[in-house]
Amino acid sequence: MTLMALDPIIARRIEIHSIAERTVQGRERRASVAVWACRACLIVVLIPLVAILFYVASRGIAAWNWAFFSHLPTPAGIPGGGVSNAIVGSLIIDGVAAAAAVPFGVAGGLFLAESDGPVAGALRFAADVLSGLPSITIGIFAYAVIVKIQGHFSAVSASFALGVLMLPVIMRASETAIRSVPRELLEGGLSLGARRATVARKVVLPAALPGLITGVLLGIARAAGETAPLLFTVIGSQYWNLSPTKPMGALPLVVFQNGIQAYPDLVKTAWGAALFLVVMILVLSVGSRLVAARLRKVRR
Amino acid sequence: MTDPMIKPELAPGVAAEPELVPPPSPMPVMQLRDVSVAFSGRPAVRNVSFDIPENEVTALIGPSGSGKTTLLRSLNRMHDLVRGAEVSGSILLGDIDVYGGSISPTLLRSRVGMVFQRPNPFPTMSIYDNVTSGLRFNGVRRKALLEEAAESALIAAALWDSVKNRMKAHASTLSGGEQQRLCIARALAVEPRVLLMDEPTSSLDPVATKRIEELLGELKDRVSIVIVTHNMQQAMRVSDTCAFLLMGEDRAGELVEYAATTKLFGEPDDPRTADYVNGRFG
Repeated sequence: MTLMALDPIIARRIEIHSIAERTVQGRERRASVAVWACRACLIVVLIPLVAILFYVASRGIAAWNWAFFSHLPTPAGIPGGGVSNAIVGSLIIDGVAAAAAVPFGVAGGLFLAESDGPVAGALRFAADVLSGLPSITIGIFAYAVIVKIQGHFSAVSASFALGVLMLPVIMRASETAIRSVPRELLEGGLSLGARRATVARKVVLPAALPGLITGVLLGIARAAGETAPLLFTVIGSQYWNLSPTKPMGALPLVVFQNGIQAYPDLVKTAWGAALFLVVMILVLSVGSRLVAARLRKVRR
Repeated sequence: MTDPMIKPELAPGVAAEPELVPPPSPMPVMQLRDVSVAFSGRPAVRNVSFDIPENEVTALIGPSGSGKTTLLRSLNRMHDLVRGAEVSGSILLGDIDVYGGSISPTLLRSRVGMVFQRPNPFPTMSIYDNVTSGLRFNGVRRKALLEEAAESALIAAALWDSVKNRMKAHASTLSGGEQQRLCIARALAVEPRVLLMDEPTSSLDPVATKRIEELLGELKDRVSIVIVTHNMQQAMRVSDTCAFLLMGEDRAGELVEYAATTKLFGEPDDPRTADYVNGRFG
């Protein structure tokens, strides 16, 4: 009786398995083609990246010497000199921008992740629009509301522009990081009688920390290379200045202004500054990943 | 300490109807020899050897952390998806070496199917598309074969009567228990030789659990079943043969005893088995 009942099933099993076998064989060939196509695409993507890095490194490294990092610029035609004021200026401008944008960005991200109301929707849309705006529009906005009113160019106006640029990036990255925290953790905290704010502070944000750090550092890296907003705000300077209310040197401006000069020394300095920027952003990107990976490992 | 060579046909009290069913084919459907699984060098299962008899239900029991699920997932190479996972020893399906390279993991999994803890029907597919998905993934195009296999699998999973008039409905319209039976039907439709079940009732209510348990006995004619369960009553109710695993030194799971279910629960050889099945620990 059992055998009779089994027969059609066994017949079907044989048929299905032979079809599956043929399918797998046919697929293996197509799969290897697909894998090679993916590899080819990868190479196409890598070519510009590697080419740019290699070219900037080979041109820029020639400009790197002790004076480059420690001296002020010399007038055109006079060899020597450095971009110490621009390096310090960039660090100050980016640092002030980040210090202002990070709290707002993370708080905004927390709000976006925790609230599903119409306000959150509007805010998310605004952030997306803001992150899509050409950076030069943000520069001209900072020029209008700060530089014009203040009456002169200044580092704070540049920090303001870069902070506005960072804000949506940090906000959306924070939202993603916070949303990836399992909901069970939030519910577990609430079920102990904790307030939502307490759970967010003590449970959710710490759990999201690796993602938050990555998001924040990527946001900073994105703004650090911007040039257009600086043109309208900090204008650049050949001199030492640590006062944020006055014009300052900045690395992207060195690249922009020196790179188009006729003097080889200035062009060389521009490449050196470009390489410094690339290294700075590389360190931020790689560093954020390392920090996040280490944090994740410690928690396991 | 454990004899890995216990032959299934020697296990007494296996067949419910001894006069009808001759001893199942003497060749076990799967054979495990010295199977160890490690994740990034950290052992999770060590040196497990036993046979999975054809057309029977084999239960893997043991406390949390004893490696039941890890061992189960090694049978159809689900660990291939985990970076750093390493399976050693030998696992045979019939006379095919599962890890030997003569069979691709894809093909292997169409012969050794799996049902998971939580029902996971594909949410964007209809009931019919869910049941036939495995067949279509494997290149079956013939409509008659698809329909025949779907009907047969749904009947076998005791779901046919309630879904035959709404095959186009989304799978998410089914209840939890029905979804799990849909997943069983989906696995059966490919006509695997072995069906692995990882605590298939742990997310279901008692009524739905009972229906699935009843189903297992009926499916045996069609497919050999390996089931992981936390619930010893369930193992006792549904299985013919039982493997009892326990966390050994350095937290790796080891096989303590493998025997016919009646023996393992009635008069186990190992005192640790006796302690566990009598609820003295674990």
